[in-house]
Amino acid sequence: MSQTGPTTLPDRQPGSARRPDLPLLRTEELMLNMGPQHPATHGVLKMILDLEGERIVKATPVMGFLHRGVEKLAEHGTYHQFIPHTDRLDYVCAMYNNFAYVRAVEKLIDLKVPPRAEYLRTIVAETQRIVGHLFWLGTQALDIGAMTVFFYTFRDREILLDWFNELCGARLTTSWYRIGGVERDVTPELIAKLSKFIDEFQAKIGECNLLLEKNRIWLARTQGIAVVSAEDALSFGLSGPTLRGSGVDYDLRKYEPYAAYGDVEWNVPVGRNGDTYDRYWVRIEEMRESCKIIRQCLERLPDGPYLADAPTVVLPSKDKVFTTLESMIIQFKLFTQGFKTPAGEIYCGTEAHKGELGFYIVSDGSGRPYRLKIRSPSFIHLGAFDHMARGYMIADIITIFGTYDIVMGECDR
Amino acid sequence: MNDLRSVAERLTQRFPQDVVAVAEFRGDLSVTVRKSALLTVGRFLKEEPGLEFDYIVHVSSVDYPTEPERFEVVYEVYSIRHRRRIRFKTRLSEADGEIDSLSSVWYGANFMEREIYDMMGIRFHGHPDLRRILMPDEYDEGFPLRKDFPLQGRGWRDTFEFLEPPASPAAPSSKDSP
Repeated sequence: MSQTGPTTLPDRQPGSARRPDLPLLRTEELMLNMGPQHPATHGVLKMILDLEGERIVKATPVMGFLHRGVEKLAEHGTYHQFIPHTDRLDYVCAMYNNFAYVRAVEKLIDLKVPPRAEYLRTIVAETQRIVGHLFWLGTQALDIGAMTVFFYTFRDREILLDWFNELCGARLTTSWYRIGGVERDVTPELIAKLSKFIDEFQAKIGECNLLLEKNRIWLARTQGIAVVSAEDALSFGLSGPTLRGSGVDYDLRKYEPYAAYGDVEWNVPVGRNGDTYDRYWVRIEEMRESCKIIRQCLERLPDGPYLADAPTVVLPSKDKVFTTLESMIIQFKLFTQGFKTPAGEIYCGTEAHKGELGFYIVSDGSGRPYRLKIRSPSFIHLGAFDHMARGYMIADIITIFGTYDIVMGECDR
Repeated sequence: MNDLRSVAERLTQRFPQDVVAVAEFRGDLSVTVRKSALLTVGRFLKEEPGLEFDYIVHVSSVDYPTEPERFEVVYEVYSIRHRRRIRFKTRLSEADGEIDSLSSVWYGANFMEREIYDMMGIRFHGHPDLRRILMPDEYDEGFPLRKDFPLQGRGWRDTFEFLEPPASPAAPSSKDSP
């Protein structure tokens, strides 16, 4: 099939649909309040738009409707207890949040993770990336008006969510990653299921793409929309596909390799024009790269333990907790007092599918974080919203929302 | 790692008076500078050839209520060209409470500094739009991420109209009947 191979970014004239040059009519500026409840805001986000006719003069995002004080909560619990909270940050892609958090804690306590756990983590993280990009593709297409794509992507997403369910007992709030490894091993059936999915998935991406890549409405509504230059994108702190669409080759998986990303071969897709279309292209290509990574990891999956041998930090296995006294005591101590960490501060960024999800942890040597700051890509991307929306038409607002792949749980924390 | 140390050395040479401390922990380099030099150091890091820290990673703040210079504001930046990151931070007292905004150097600092203001009450001099960002505009209980702010808040939440008054534990609940 012609759609299964890697595609190249189509050549075209760079340009922007932004029209700041049009003469202002200067009749009366209209202020329009959009949200907080709007189907395209993917959560609760209010947008105050200053309009000149149909053109956006200024867009002011108002957020915080989903603020739950997660950073404050973190200061009052042990390191283990914070893992389920991370599920609720970006609630459509919990695995990656877990991953970013446990990596940060492991960096703080300088804990080495066994190779099998590293590979399992990579496999599941990339599976989660596919889930995230499918979710994004479906909703962005739906917002723009292409409804069919939504059914295709959610069909495939459902297969992976069921796979997660079998892996850890939850579809969305997974909490599968543990400090020092993962919660449980994969079974041979799970591996077989995933390989089958990966084999079929290339054709499925082609199926979705076929509906979009030559679709004139899709092209007209994405090409030249929300253009951001590489320099501005960096200055705003954009990351992930939003940054790579502007032609900046910045992927932490490649340049600060962690888990098994250094052992496998894959490419970083980089766009050129910095518009919505290029970001769409980057995400499609990333799904193809994820398939490559998963397949290589599955082939090379090493044997061995899936949790580090560090009884002072790692939770004992449940069957031991229920049968031996020592494990019970360790479990009790780890949950009531937590484990002691060296005093110091670290920042650890992880390339989640939305962008760089980082945790900045300050430790005072006790069992709880003294300060835990979440660098959430959604929040930082919204900072560039005004810059990217000015001069476009009001109908493009929906496209611009979608192009960041925002989830408000992560944005408001 | 040597690579990062050379950045620290350049900073110390250029600002001998203003670099207070250089620390390294788990491969992260962090440089503490004097509050008055924050903006110049930020500009230097972004614009100096050979450094070019053009990507802003995050802005955070830490509260140490027992120390005289209570707050610490932390900036972390990354250089795409040289593929390295550095953290620089500054301390300020509660009475002072104001530092220079770096939103003119990195645009992204605009939102991140607003969040710091919202959560810790540190004001940023020269910030274009210093308003609350996550908490409601009319919120006046203080700044939630300060260490002296109680986890459960200061009671404003309990005044919401849609909340029912808590039932006394002794009273039998009618919902228990089958």
